[in-house]
Amino acid sequence: MKPAVLTGAHYITGDEACAEGALAAGCKFFGGYPITPATEVAERMSERLPEVGGTFIQMEDEIAAMASILGASCAGVKSMTATSGPGFSLMMENIGLGIVTETPCVVVNVQRAGPSTGLPTMGAQADMMQAKWGSHGDYEIIALAPSSPQEIFYQTITAFNLSETYRLPVLIMTDEIVGHMSEKVVIPDAKDINILSRITPKGRKDNFKPFKPGPNGIAPMPAAGDGYKVHFTGLTHDEKGYPVMTVEAQAIMMDHLMNKIRNNLDKIILTEEYRMDDAEIVIVSYGVSTRTSLAAVDEARKLGIKAGLFRLITVWPFPEEQIRQIAKRVKGFITVELNLGQIHYEVQRCAGYRVPSYLVGHPGGTIISPDEVIKVLKEAF
Amino acid sequence: MPETSKKSLKSPVHPLDDLLRTDRIPHIWCSGCGTGTAFSSTLTAIKGSGLELDSVVMVSGIGCSGRAAGYIKLDSYHTTHGRAIPFATGMKLANPKLNVIVFSGDGDLFAIGGNHFIHAARRNMDITVICVNNLNYGMTGGQAAATTPFLAKTSTTTVGNPEAPFNLPLLAYASGATYIARWTILHTRDLTNSIIEALNKKGFSFIEVLSPCPVNYGRRNKEKSLDTLKLYQEKGIIKNNSNPADTDIDFEKGIILGKFVDVDRATCIENYDKTCRLV
Repeated sequence: MKPAVLTGAHYITGDEACAEGALAAGCKFFGGYPITPATEVAERMSERLPEVGGTFIQMEDEIAAMASILGASCAGVKSMTATSGPGFSLMMENIGLGIVTETPCVVVNVQRAGPSTGLPTMGAQADMMQAKWGSHGDYEIIALAPSSPQEIFYQTITAFNLSETYRLPVLIMTDEIVGHMSEKVVIPDAKDINILSRITPKGRKDNFKPFKPGPNGIAPMPAAGDGYKVHFTGLTHDEKGYPVMTVEAQAIMMDHLMNKIRNNLDKIILTEEYRMDDAEIVIVSYGVSTRTSLAAVDEARKLGIKAGLFRLITVWPFPEEQIRQIAKRVKGFITVELNLGQIHYEVQRCAGYRVPSYLVGHPGGTIISPDEVIKVLKEAF
Repeated sequence: MPETSKKSLKSPVHPLDDLLRTDRIPHIWCSGCGTGTAFSSTLTAIKGSGLELDSVVMVSGIGCSGRAAGYIKLDSYHTTHGRAIPFATGMKLANPKLNVIVFSGDGDLFAIGGNHFIHAARRNMDITVICVNNLNYGMTGGQAAATTPFLAKTSTTTVGNPEAPFNLPLLAYASGATYIARWTILHTRDLTNSIIEALNKKGFSFIEVLSPCPVNYGRRNKEKSLDTLKLYQEKGIIKNNSNPADTDIDFEKGIILGKFVDVDRATCIENYDKTCRLV
């Protein structure tokens, strides 16, 4: 057996760093299906998982890949899949099953330009709303947006920790540019990596309720074979997991699914600020566009424009309250993202039209130049 | 009346109650439906298999038969439409000690889930797939399925099905299944024995169970539940080791039943351990 944590400095791609982050987090199962630009995650996992006592399987399609990681997780194993737009679309139904059965797992979307087959080898950030709303019905989801291979490594660990803590699929919304970019990635000692795992039940096994929240609001989750005789279903269910086809049961279950996230926003939402102290114009960005935005802020400052960056690490749940507070003290917002306006509308909604909000977007296939941000900064403010 | 029967009349205890979520009974299956019979054969087989009960897991998809996972008092997972097999695949790979049964219907396993079936058989995933074949989509009111006989009437083929059905044992055989049997719910003892064999067999096992759907399929094809059972009795021909290519269901000429395939081939997990883990 080889170590799961490859401590040391590496020059690897974002996709490879993602795989290493998963292994460091304790992932032992990957169900995948090849798709550009996410294939390298699967390739790395196919080599590395058997080395650390895990299992890799290439499934027959992304629907099966998503179903397999839910099955593996229900058997008590941390599991992951990685895909891109078309595959992400196919995974949507089973992501919903993961949400309603509260099954932890991590889904990586290395975004490429769409719709449909789009630009398979070229990046975009145009699946951000699909990440929030793509599966049918209401739900809360957690989605992270790394902007470098080093960040992918850490955020993959964070994604596993969040999914295990809150019992739900967690999405890593990276993109082709970060996924295929090679940079230095430093992997720390295993002892310095904080790993969280689902709480498992203790005590009586008869009449166990696998959906009865514990003191922290999350139900302990036994694995298949542990003897708790659980029932999981995609149907609306009660705390025992039994289907209940009533308005009341639906309301109770939905309340739980929404509130386990909404009541923990302070613990889930991760953001970063750059030159925000005296900023008058705030650039909101995430993922690869963070890199554009950092350069734009420095360039603007040279021009005497007081710009700052509010960077989303978790895009979902959206940091509504933070944007509301910032809106009270600034002249306006510019959202920089590789799509034609997705998170921009969230910013606009939360800023409440108190101040103007602009989009620097792009149909995808390349990164946004800082010059385009500067142009809007100059023209709009 | 023997004394044991008198006793059972007093307290409503069934010998399979320990494997049932009795707090979920009555079940949803219509009177005359065969799913319950296939389900109780499965429970009897689980008991008779000698397997550690905590290691037995039932996974199902969507549809009438898919509800079985909600009635068995073992770890049970009622998944999405057609996706029971890949869910079961992930579960088995994550913990090879589990004995995973997929119990679902013909629509679920062979139309929406057909791709997963052939790939799990190709890989020789060590799971047991029990398909209750009632020739139509019962849960949604009796639409044509991939198993509906040519010219049979359903709610979406009111003048007769223009398509040909799958021969499920042949499909399983061509895909690589290592154990294949077909029974009807009239042949409960044979069915139970087959399930016991399948549960104790390494590799991908497939058992098709023909089952009446009097409310939807039967009504439109002038077949009461008893008529269907009589058909099974009169037209059923037990012919073990039949060539799967010869097992097309023909309700006029005869329905070939029996154990058709029982061969050995390295399982998905055995091959993975031998190839990938030794590098």
